[in-house]
Amino acid sequence: MITFWINGKKVEGHPGEMVLAVAQRHGFEIPAHCHHGGVEPFGSCRLCVVEITHKDWKGWKGQVTSCLYPIEEGLEVTTESAELLQVRKVLADLLLARCPDAPEVQKLAAQYGIAKSSYSEHPDRPLCTLCTLCVRACEAIGASALGTAGRGPARKVGTPFDLPPEACVGCGTCARICPTHAIDCTEDERVRTIWKREFSFVRCDVCGRPTLTEAYRALLSERSGLSVEYFKRCDQCKRDEQAKAFSQIVR
Amino acid sequence: MTPIRSGAELEQARAAARQKSQAHEVEILVCAGTGCLAHGSAKVADAIRQEMKQAGLGGDVRYFTKTTGCHGFCEKGPLVVVQPAGTFYVKVKPIDAAAIVERTVKKGEVIDKLLYRDPNTKKRVASYHDIDFYAKQQRLALRNIGRIDPADLDDALSVGAYGALAKVLASMTAEQVIAEVEQSGLRGRGGGGFPTGRKWRTCRRVNVTPRYVICNSDEGDPGAFMDRSVDEGDPHSVLEGMLICAYAVDAHQGFIYVRDEYPLAIKHLRLAIDQARQAGLLGQNILGSGFDFDVEISRGGGAFVCGESSALMKSVAGEVGEPRAKYVHSVAKGLYDHPTVLNNVETFACVPWIFAHGAAAFAAIGTKKSPGTKVFSLVGKVKNTGLVEVPMGVSLREVIFGVGGGILDDRPYKAVQTGGPSGGCLPAAMLDEPVDFDSLTEKGSMMGSGGMIVMDDRTCMVDVARYFLKFLSDESCGKCLPCREGVKQLLVILQDICDGHGKPGDIERIEVLGSVVSKASLCGLGKSAPNPVLSTVRFFRDEYEAHIRDHKCPAGVCRKLTRFDISAEKCTGCMVCARACPTQAIVGEKKQAHTISQDKCTQCGACRTVCKFDAVLTA
Repeated sequence: MITFWINGKKVEGHPGEMVLAVAQRHGFEIPAHCHHGGVEPFGSCRLCVVEITHKDWKGWKGQVTSCLYPIEEGLEVTTESAELLQVRKVLADLLLARCPDAPEVQKLAAQYGIAKSSYSEHPDRPLCTLCTLCVRACEAIGASALGTAGRGPARKVGTPFDLPPEACVGCGTCARICPTHAIDCTEDERVRTIWKREFSFVRCDVCGRPTLTEAYRALLSERSGLSVEYFKRCDQCKRDEQAKAFSQIVR
Repeated sequence: MTPIRSGAELEQARAAARQKSQAHEVEILVCAGTGCLAHGSAKVADAIRQEMKQAGLGGDVRYFTKTTGCHGFCEKGPLVVVQPAGTFYVKVKPIDAAAIVERTVKKGEVIDKLLYRDPNTKKRVASYHDIDFYAKQQRLALRNIGRIDPADLDDALSVGAYGALAKVLASMTAEQVIAEVEQSGLRGRGGGGFPTGRKWRTCRRVNVTPRYVICNSDEGDPGAFMDRSVDEGDPHSVLEGMLICAYAVDAHQGFIYVRDEYPLAIKHLRLAIDQARQAGLLGQNILGSGFDFDVEISRGGGAFVCGESSALMKSVAGEVGEPRAKYVHSVAKGLYDHPTVLNNVETFACVPWIFAHGAAAFAAIGTKKSPGTKVFSLVGKVKNTGLVEVPMGVSLREVIFGVGGGILDDRPYKAVQTGGPSGGCLPAAMLDEPVDFDSLTEKGSMMGSGGMIVMDDRTCMVDVARYFLKFLSDESCGKCLPCREGVKQLLVILQDICDGHGKPGDIERIEVLGSVVSKASLCGLGKSAPNPVLSTVRFFRDEYEAHIRDHKCPAGVCRKLTRFDISAEKCTGCMVCARACPTQAIVGEKKQAHTISQDKCTQCGACRTVCKFDAVLTA
């Protein structure tokens, strides 16, 4: 274990862990718009900046993004300071200028006392903050159907050539992980529609409710080596079945 | 070429190459750098060869015409040097070939009208060495450029190429090589100024193989062509530097990342790699030492951000060229997550010199903390533009007014931007500051890769900041919020100020936003992007205030804030401005004072540029 300090409190983490992960586990609140424990850290929103120093660094202090900074023995982390507050405030202001209509961004900006951005608002008022959580989640799922295109302010997240993506399996993870609900995803009993494609649901062989999409089932089966049959039941029915079996054992 | 298998064989090959070149009693060097080629130097070389042939000298080894890399004085191209006298001709046309052969080659005469005319003394200068532009330089990284034919390995050998490598392989351990580089004090010429020896040492210490060596030749700064000239004019020095580095860090594969917009650099590097492979200077068991190393060229698509180390390595690996956080350094986890040394072209070109002359000789040049020389591309409103190499620590004044010959048309100096698009602009009060890594950073600019753009009083500093922020906003990869959105918002504010919509408080807003973008951005591009605006706010605040408060552009550049008028006293009625005006807004008779009809004027400034009597006034 690695021992270090956050705001003067001694904390422990595993080698290879990042400062943010350990801090969150210990209850420290650091804003982190583009972060999600389930995907690779990326460091694009920069809101999770913290100050670091070390007794061996001869007084040297630095600002780093905590989502990407690997913990070190004896590291001294500060998560709140006037300087950090100013950085986060300007970042929230910039984010609000890009996404003035995104309620989550409004909420973030409000924490810094900003109701309306002091910068010029994006003419298209997009909901997407370009955090790329969807892209990273899609990669983690194994589909890699999404990516970024364009440079600088023209950067955008989307599918190759803006066409319905061949690699998409319709799992819907991108829409669920998006912090600003910027990805259109609708579903009925039969199909889920996302990225201009329709995906048929598999139905649970017990209750008949839609479970995962057929394409996602094929991908999961391929990645896990389990037969397609394994995925025929919905999670709820699997749990019911196991509970029943368990209660019989106990009895 | 038969493979060279030992240091002794290398010296034999060198002796043969020297004999061949010494047989040339008269050598005509025609510059074939990109600048001169664009001026038509290939035709000049053909014409001279043709004339030599007709004069019966063509087949004679005593008379030899060769094309070389860039001489640096691109503005005066095509350049021709006749050796051994060093007679230096500028702006040579194919039609001049006959006279050059007839008079200079045969009779040793100097053709007056082809000589360089000193802009200050107005005198013609006959020799290379007597021109201020060259006399005040110290050429170390550029040592062979302009002297050798970059496409000829023999020519490179004749001036000592691969001698340092042979010495290293035969008599030094990797540890000794690293120690020598450390003692030289060499710092990375790509912009960061990181100590090269320390970089190599850290990389070697990482116990993971394979290790890689990459040469960064993704020179993306507008107006900069230092690395390109080295690649084009002396590719073997780059390879030799990489070889020595690879030996020191125990790497066996290298890459040269060069932008695809540099076709001649790619051609010459490729040729040099092929020649070196054939000569056994790349590949397996180099010079019989048992050391293996090979180099591949990786062509970049031209994104400015790919000059940033982590983005460059992603691009080499075939991924999207976006930077990553470098809390784990690329010397430990670089290309393909393996230990990687990345140095710039100029850095590698300095390495063989250090081993040929000794670390102490290198450390003796320049300043204590920034030893050696630095190549700059000196451009803008300066009399002599081109590629210049000076010892570190010389003053800006010496570079601009000494080597550069002063400001164009003897107008007042206003600022110099050092360090490329994300460098800062330094005012006249700083002309006597030394040019080295630390001084420039301290003053709010940077060394960068060596761009130097000189500006006169007719340059608007707000407009300059706006121009560079536009470039940087376009070239930001867009990955991180402060760089993508912050630089864009800085640009919005600057554009408003230039358009006359500046508001009180804009300067303070720029300062706050600029400092956050510097602090919070992910990579060097974003961290340095606010430099042009922050440095101009710092040194030329009154100009910003004039735009915002008085709605005036003191330099007469921002169109919406400038009115052009002609002074009735100064105007001689020469009609030159009237002919230059694209909208026929200037009226007046010959030899009578002209006037500008304001409803037609588009504030382009063409009249002011052409007026020889300073009669065009701005307000």
